Amino acid sequence: MAEKKKTCDLFDCGHRACGGCGAALAARLVTEAAGTETIVVSSTGCMEVFSTPYPETAWKVPWIHSLFENAAAVASGIEASLKKQGRKEKIVIMAGDGATFDIGMISISGAFERGHDFTYICYDNEAYMNTGIQRSGATPYDASTTTSPAGSQSFGNKRPKKDMPAILAAHGAPYVATASIAYPADLKQKVEKAISTPGPCYVQVHAPCCTGWGFEGEQTIAIAKLAIETGLWPNFEMVDGRVTKVKKVVRKPVTEYLKTQKRFRHLFKPKLQEAEIAAIQAIADGNAEKYGLDIKLPPKKE
Amino acid sequence: MLEITEGSHAVAEAVRLCRPQVVSAYPITPQTHIVEALADFVANGKLDAEYITVENELSALSACVGASAAGSRAYSATTSQGLMLMAEVVFNAAGMRLPIVMSIANRAMGAPLSIWNDMQDSISLRDAGWLHFYAEDNQEATDLHFLAYKVAEDPTVQLPAFVCFDGFILSHTYEPVDILSQEQADQYLPAFAPAEKLDAKDPISFGMYATPEYYLEFRYETNEAQKRAKDAIAKYGKEFGTLFGRDYSAMIEEYRLDDADTAIVAMGSVCGTVKDAIDEMREEGKKVGLLRIRVFRPFPIEEITKALTKVKRVAVLDKNVSLGSRGGATAIEVRDALYGSTIPVKGYILGLGGRDIRKKDIKNIVDLCEKGIGDQFYGLRKELI
Repeated sequence: MAEKKKTCDLFDCGHRACGGCGAALAARLVTEAAGTETIVVSSTGCMEVFSTPYPETAWKVPWIHSLFENAAAVASGIEASLKKQGRKEKIVIMAGDGATFDIGMISISGAFERGHDFTYICYDNEAYMNTGIQRSGATPYDASTTTSPAGSQSFGNKRPKKDMPAILAAHGAPYVATASIAYPADLKQKVEKAISTPGPCYVQVHAPCCTGWGFEGEQTIAIAKLAIETGLWPNFEMVDGRVTKVKKVVRKPVTEYLKTQKRFRHLFKPKLQEAEIAAIQAIADGNAEKYGLDIKLPPKKE
Repeated sequence: MLEITEGSHAVAEAVRLCRPQVVSAYPITPQTHIVEALADFVANGKLDAEYITVENELSALSACVGASAAGSRAYSATTSQGLMLMAEVVFNAAGMRLPIVMSIANRAMGAPLSIWNDMQDSISLRDAGWLHFYAEDNQEATDLHFLAYKVAEDPTVQLPAFVCFDGFILSHTYEPVDILSQEQADQYLPAFAPAEKLDAKDPISFGMYATPEYYLEFRYETNEAQKRAKDAIAKYGKEFGTLFGRDYSAMIEEYRLDDADTAIVAMGSVCGTVKDAIDEMREEGKKVGLLRIRVFRPFPIEEITKALTKVKRVAVLDKNVSLGSRGGATAIEVRDALYGSTIPVKGYILGLGGRDIRKKDIKNIVDLCEKGIGDQFYGLRKELI
């Protein structure tokens, strides 16, 4: 009988993530792509907590967590140390969007500017999930969180996502990419590329959070796919600051994505908020234009 | 070899001789001369280290955390505002038991902004788990770096260490300092070889999270390591003395304390002034002595209790204040050491923000202590209050 292929060798089973956790899947795919000769640096956050409750750890590669805001600086020190020792392990940072877009911004900017050789993976679940779903700089426009709640005077988060890939490309990062847990082969390929590219590289992975976004755990992949298919999550690669590869789609209206999640429910109930949905559609249209997302279909024959 | 050199440069020479593999620091007055000198050593091949020019102090110590965990001897230096910016990492490094050594050119805390000396910065972080060494002069500031690495890296200790010396008063003062040769330094301090490190050949997890079922024991173990550091300091301080003639085995220094009626307790460079004042008071027939604290963490409580058994009164000088309490940190802890005895302990907060402390101030404080007046700020300008 053929043995079932083990898929969780380096990020082991038995961790404490919710069923259907996008971030846990990202950790599995990233470690698979990175391989055994890797040192992982985590920031404080959901992944750090669900994967390392002392005395247990899900990490079968060397792993370190120091603080919320300093993973890039810790990685800088590891890289310097390995260089001095003549060691060849690769360094992969695994940090959430709060750690990346907000509190860790200074240390990320410093480390990218200095040009250390590491791969920074941001698992982007678009809010502070570990502390109970507060908005971050990665929270999308109109998403309801516990600190950007929808209410009689509010449609939720007032700002669109910060453009981290552009910010890090502007630092001179040789390789910047976005990826999604819905496309594992693409994600792994991008991680491998980032790791094999010398210098500081960045991969931002869309990792839906069933608890924070409000959907059933078995919908994680479908929702991640919809984000790409609606143009709200452009999946692309940038080499030396230029976009070199984009996942093109036959775009669906953004409502297909929004209606699947409780964080956007206030846009549909008690009444349809057409102006707000139009504003979100405009964000997707902007992405489509900026990255060339649309597949141009041949005109239909009469 | 005896050289007349600036305190910061003497410290930088000592750090170079300790062969750190990763140096990570950020400029801040009055510490900057140390890291400038280290950068210059690296640029000229005199120090084989990676020098990381971080964007702030929080990242300076964070990079040391990464480097130390990966198996390298790591070094940083800072003071005052910089130390407070890295405060979160200060606790973190101790909790992860990483033997980083950091020089602190002691400086006051803002507001108001002050670049001048007191010890409020390092003293405010006394509960973080780091070893605290305080130098009286530049010879000691230099030597204590070797001792700090030796004790910090001892397998029974595994704690990071501050080597503190007064900003400007020591850091910018030229004094003759005997600097070890590289051969001597290597003889005393072997290469860093931690039992555990980040290594793909033997993967372990550093810095996990602990539930209430486990956390208490982590703090207990760190405290036990502080206690064991006393033995390590005695052992390696003596070894330094045997090899180089300067013995640092004692965590306190006693100066003319044997028959003293009044004991002054102090730390750092002010002790030079105190010793001169004591000599003059002795000539005038006053029996005054000094107990100098060289190691503040672990706190030498038994040594202090024993050394002060026979005195009639104790005057504690503090270049820091625990606002809202009875005084400065040293006075509070010395009073704790003498708990149960009838010896009065009086604290004097002085020299904050770089205010000069002169011999006549020491004599005035002894007079006040004899009259039972203390637990107060000393040297206030009444016209400003």
